[in-house]
Amino acid sequence: MRAVRWIRRNLVVIAGVLTLAYLIVPNLVVLAFSFNKPKGRYNYTWNHFSTDAWRHPCGVPGMCGSLGLSLRIAVYATIGATVLGTMTAFALARYRFRGRAATNMLIFLPMAMPEVVMGASLGTLFLNMRIQFGFWTILIAHIMFCLSFVVTAVKARVMSMDPRLEQAAQDLYASPAQTFLRVTLPLAAPGIAAGALLSFALSFDDYIITSFNAGNSVTFPMYVWGSAQRGTPVQVNVIGTAMFLLAVVLVLAGQLVAGRRRARA
Amino acid sequence: MTTPRTTPGSTPDPAPGSAPGATPETVPAAASGTAPAPGTDSAAAPTPDAPPDAVLLGGLGKRYGSFTAVHPLDLAVPKGSFFALLGASGCGKTTTLRMIAGLEPPTSGSVRLGGKDVTALPAYKRPVNTVFQNYALFPHLDIFENVAFGLRRRGIKSVKKQVGEMLDLVQLGPLARRKPHQLSGGQQQRVAVARALINQPEVLLLDEPLGALDLKLRRQMQLELKRIQTEVGITFIHVTHDQEEAMTMADTVAVMNAGRVEQMGAPADLYENPASTFVANFLGTSNLIEAEVASVAGGVLHLTTAGGPLTLPAARCAVPAAVGGKVLAGVRPEKITLAHRDDEQRIPAGRNRVTGRIADSSFIGVSTQFVVDSPVGAALEVFVPNVDRDQRLVPGAEVVLHWNPEHTFGLDAAQDIDAGTDEEEAA
Repeated sequence: MRAVRWIRRNLVVIAGVLTLAYLIVPNLVVLAFSFNKPKGRYNYTWNHFSTDAWRHPCGVPGMCGSLGLSLRIAVYATIGATVLGTMTAFALARYRFRGRAATNMLIFLPMAMPEVVMGASLGTLFLNMRIQFGFWTILIAHIMFCLSFVVTAVKARVMSMDPRLEQAAQDLYASPAQTFLRVTLPLAAPGIAAGALLSFALSFDDYIITSFNAGNSVTFPMYVWGSAQRGTPVQVNVIGTAMFLLAVVLVLAGQLVAGRRRARA
Repeated sequence: MTTPRTTPGSTPDPAPGSAPGATPETVPAAASGTAPAPGTDSAAAPTPDAPPDAVLLGGLGKRYGSFTAVHPLDLAVPKGSFFALLGASGCGKTTTLRMIAGLEPPTSGSVRLGGKDVTALPAYKRPVNTVFQNYALFPHLDIFENVAFGLRRRGIKSVKKQVGEMLDLVQLGPLARRKPHQLSGGQQQRVAVARALINQPEVLLLDEPLGALDLKLRRQMQLELKRIQTEVGITFIHVTHDQEEAMTMADTVAVMNAGRVEQMGAPADLYENPASTFVANFLGTSNLIEAEVASVAGGVLHLTTAGGPLTLPAARCAVPAAVGGKVLAGVRPEKITLAHRDDEQRIPAGRNRVTGRIADSSFIGVSTQFVVDSPVGAALEVFVPNVDRDQRLVPGAEVVLHWNPEHTFGLDAAQDIDAGTDEEEAA
């Protein structure tokens, strides 16, 4: 009886812990196997502890090159999609113009469409236009699908902004440019940041669309996919773990800064 | 139960005979809705001895398609005055304010600030500042930076001393580094005032600044704003739907209805001499009685009503009245004395009197409010100050309402008798 009551009282906590475990355990497995020294080609069974992979993260040919390409594309795609997406979001949220409904629809499509279809049709388009596949085609494809997410995130923020704040700025002698820089942009910043982060993550790990538009270039997800056929090198676990830890550190730092700001104020 | 819209003691009771004719001199603002035609610049030119008006609107109007939000409006607000634009929601008062601020382009007319035509200037180039309805404080800036915003935009580098002084004026010095959302409603309101006032604008515009505050705080802020206005001497234009707020704070009130200024003047003058049924009903409560002019003699109109004769000083009649013409005779509830029918003989001669039966009474402490049904109209309101309570005055009792004829005002009968009452606002 007492056990039942205890469970009932702590059901939410139990569910929370289970969900967290479900999310974190795979990452911990990846972390653990980044310290493995596998016997043979496959890094699936524990052999013995080693820091080899961490000391030589670029020890496997081609991997760091593909990682560099992925990071470069992710950075450029994030910048491109964030700038274009923010402007689009402002246009959609603030102005009435011809084709607004159509634009709204068009922006929504990449999120709703299966990636295979999008990747294949984009590939066909590049082929027909005789555009050389490679860095630029990947970048264009990534900006396209990241755009939707930036527009969605920024638009939601802009729509919820009080238009009187900008009027107040104008009333207080701020020119239109100053109003945008001093009031509009800072207020929209959380939405823009969310869109940018999402863009980076989506671009960095995209495989399907990229594989249709990459030509001879190999991005990191493509490298992992390719190597998985022959046996994944331990270094892939190292990169995966590093990315995970970086993300955790960034989130913690963000929380810390926000907490300190709140405490100071 | 109807809530009282005025406290009987809030307006001075003019001595009989002094009210008509004498009041116009006490009105500080010199302007009216029937002032010169739009565009006549001669009216705008200041006379050498008088300073230019802080705000001068010439035929300023706003239309949205076929809907006219503000009919071409001529208005002069003298420098240093506390001016209120009073009206129900949707009457065009906020649109007028926004046109002065430059946040709304007018469709006709001009705006002059301190003698300078600013009609073509954008908001950020006009020497006016606004306290917005929900304050519109910048949520990403702290209180100090909110208040410093206007100074910084004008390129002033050392703002610390000025901001500090301004925060002291509104008693918020210790909270300079807080963010707006950490402040209470009343504190936010004061920040909004400080943020606008620090720029020493030609005119400070206040758009329902106290609307979001609870009653007690609102009273406190009314006095606070009045104190600040006296201290800094800047012209205030205050938009509100709260007639009590307008009368408490402003030295001139313009009552707006359906895009027009119905009447303008000092609060007491508007209250005592309403020129339309809207003003009579919107500003406090009025009993309006349909009447016909029976004769005119010696500056006094003798009226016949469904409940007997009444007299009305001709000077207090807003329309020229001829024998046989229809007028509305009005009287404020607190001017009426209520007597039991048994005491009718004791009422002095020469008083206006109306008989009726008490339909309802509610005791509200300082006074008792009676609703009386009578042949001249249903639901006449009477406020009886709580001095000696006559135990016979209960619902169902037959009573006589009597008042000094000087306290009667006359209105044009060709208008909606219920304009400006609560019932109509709700509709």
